[in-house]
Order: sequence, then structure tokens, then C-alpha cells
Amino acid sequence: MKVPAPLAMLAELTHRCPLSCPYCSNPVELAARSGELTTEEWISTFKQAADLGVLQLHLSGGEPATRRDLTELVKGARDAGLYTNLITSGIGLTEKRMHELDAAGLDHIQLSLQGTDAEMADRIGGYRGGYERKMQVAGWIKDIGFPLTLNAVLHRQNLHQLPRALEMAVEMGARRIEVAIVQFYGWAMLNRNVLMPTREQAKEAERIVARAREDLKGTLVIDFVPADYHSDYPKRCMGGWGTTGLNIAPDGQVLPCHAAQTIKHLKFENVRDKPLADIWYQSDAFNTYRGTDFLPEPCQSCDRKKIDFGGCRCQALAVAGDASATDPVCVKSPFNDKMRALAEDFSADEAAEITYRTAAG
Amino acid sequence: MIAPDAVPYLPRGVRLHRDHVRDRWVLLAPERTISLDMIGHAIITELDGSSGFAQIVDRLAAKYDAPADQIAGDVQQFLGQLAERRFLEVRA
Repeated sequence: MKVPAPLAMLAELTHRCPLSCPYCSNPVELAARSGELTTEEWISTFKQAADLGVLQLHLSGGEPATRRDLTELVKGARDAGLYTNLITSGIGLTEKRMHELDAAGLDHIQLSLQGTDAEMADRIGGYRGGYERKMQVAGWIKDIGFPLTLNAVLHRQNLHQLPRALEMAVEMGARRIEVAIVQFYGWAMLNRNVLMPTREQAKEAERIVARAREDLKGTLVIDFVPADYHSDYPKRCMGGWGTTGLNIAPDGQVLPCHAAQTIKHLKFENVRDKPLADIWYQSDAFNTYRGTDFLPEPCQSCDRKKIDFGGCRCQALAVAGDASATDPVCVKSPFNDKMRALAEDFSADEAAEITYRTAAG
Repeated sequence: MIAPDAVPYLPRGVRLHRDHVRDRWVLLAPERTISLDMIGHAIITELDGSSGFAQIVDRLAAKYDAPADQIAGDVQQFLGQLAERRFLEVRA
């Protein structure tokens, strides 16, 4: 297989974050501030990424606003020719800072939503006053005119707030909303009993999204990440392993996806040691699950093989115990019964309590 | 439908970009990249923020020596799809 150049890069600038959401996509073992890439190292990485073919850069974290050099990083990314998207909770952004980001050429903001009212949002984010602050930031985004995507992360505790989240996106002037039902890796896996939606909730969300797509056509674009434990076929994870995107961890490790570190036998290279292009094209971590040759049956003879590439490697490991197995979400997987039973069990645990993400050192 | 005197334009956050690695033009938009063929690129470069739809069609018809009716249909379809995905705004 000829390896295509990557289109998108997620730069996890830091694991530090004022919020402590129980589904945080950062790994359970967080990277310390002392190990974070410097401003110069990040900007060098952005240039290498642009030369490699990356067009879209997502600046994420943790909370990227906790990096004092955020404006400088945005400017460096724009100078490298990248489309810059800031993925933020809003906490840590001031009006002055947002004007600086505007001047630095920031293209787009993705604002996360933990809930549609202060009670829910502050409970899920584990940060009192966070919701109020976020609404203030949303106002500044609108005033300055940044294009906005609202990212509503939904799970059993707040799925009933989906209709209000859609309204809020329109009120904020967002062109796009991501309706993302929590995927179960890392912190979310630790909190699966609190977060797993019921099958009925998952179906109701699909109905609401389908209706809203009709009603809001031309006003709000809706991207939907369904509850995959309740789906029949797996997601096309990362658009295919090592084909479309890559992640850079705060300490410079280059990952095929944000959860890849859960696959312990993979060895990840670091931008501090090697050129990004070498890592993308030659490293074992990217080559191990590229293409479809590694897939077992039922994938090999399946007509969906080139559609979903057998689904998610991290989920195959987490549920089937083998990272090269068919994603157990698939109805054809021998582990699909187990997956469905797990979903039932997790979603029925009424007494479960939240384990908040801990602070990065 | 975009009216003849309405002005289509790219909103903030959507911009034309030369993709040197893949030797093509693209539109960069929030979390989307749209690959442009020659016709798409020709239409996008006519969006100057002040020309109306009919003017744009006339210029393209002259440039490519094609009937304005046919061009109008192609441009309407191309821009309509972009507008539906919020990659294009239209000022009345």
C-alpha cells in the first residue's frame, strides 16, 4: 500500500487543564509540565507537518489556553501555512487574549460543552463557575467573529440535554455542532458505569439528530458521533490508522490516535529524536496497523473491509484482548455478544459515582 | 437559489489554499478540506465580495467561451452545495 500524506494533526499542547472531566481523552498517565515541548519545538513540528502535507492543525490539550505561549504558537502555525483550530473549554481565555489570537490569525474555535446549564456543566467538568465563564467566552467569540463549532459531549448523565445544546449552538452563532457521544477509552473507561448511555438513549439521540439536520439545514451543520457500544458496525477510526491524521502528545511523542498509548506493545517515536516525516512513513507504530493485511476474519472476506478498516484498534484490545482483532462493536465479531452485555451492565449501574480526572503534574 | 444580484462570498474561516504537497487547490474550512478541480477553482477565484451572481456567471462565460445559461446552472449547484454546508455566505 502506498502511504498517503497526513491531512490533519492534533497537537496536544499540554495535559494541564482546570477542568477534570471524567471522559477526558488524555491518557490516564498524564504527561508532566516539565516534559512539554517548548515553543520552538512546537513551531518546528508545525513546519515539518506542513511540509509533510498536513493542512489542518488542531490545537488541543488538556486546555491549550494554559500554555502561556498559545498566541505565539498560533502565529507560528499560520506562518507555516496551516489552518488553525483551537479546541478549548474556554477557561483561561480572556477578552484581551482572544483579540491577540485574532491578530495572530486563529482560523476557528471549537468550544466544548459539558452541559447546557451550570449545574450539569460544573458537576461534569468538576469546576465551579466554569459554565458561566464559558458563556462569557462564547460571547467574545461571537463579538470578534471567530467561526465557531460547539462540541457537545454527551453521555448517560446529560443526553437529555441534546435538544437544548442544539438551540444553544444556533444562539451562539455556531455554524457547526459536534454531537459526540462519549467513546470509551482511558478516563471514560474508568467511568463507564457513570457514562454509558442506555440503548434507548442512544436511539433517541439518533432520532433527534436526524430531525435537527432537516430543520436546521443551511443554518447549522451537525456532525454526529454515535454511541458505538450500541452500533451494529464499527467507526472508521481516524479515517484509517496512519492514513489521515496524527497526534502529538505534550512531550513530543507521535501517536496514530489519542488512545494509542493503551496499546502497550507499540513503541512511539518522538519529534525530539527524529524528523516527523520519518516517523509518519517509517515507524513501527504507524506501520503495524496500516492498511488491512493484519486483519483476521471476519474482516478479510467482508465487503466493509475498506469502509471501516475493521474499526478501532484500541477498542479491539480493550474488549477482545487483541489489538489486531475485529472491533467488537461489529455484529460479525465473535466478541459482539460480550460488547452488548457490557453496554447493558454499564448503563444499568444507577449507583455509580464519578471518578474525576486528576491534575497533570 | 442564489438571486442574480445577490453577492456570494467566502465567510471568515473559509479560505483558498494551494496544497503544494498534493499539487492542487483546496478550500480550507472548519475541520473540512474541500478539494477543488479547475472549474471549482475558477468559480472561487471570482468571489471578490462585491460581484453579484449574474456578474460572476457572465465573467466565467466570457473567460471559458461557454453559454451563460449552462455556466449559471453549474455555478448555482456548486455554490449551493457550499452554502448548505456553511462554507459560503450570500449577501442580498
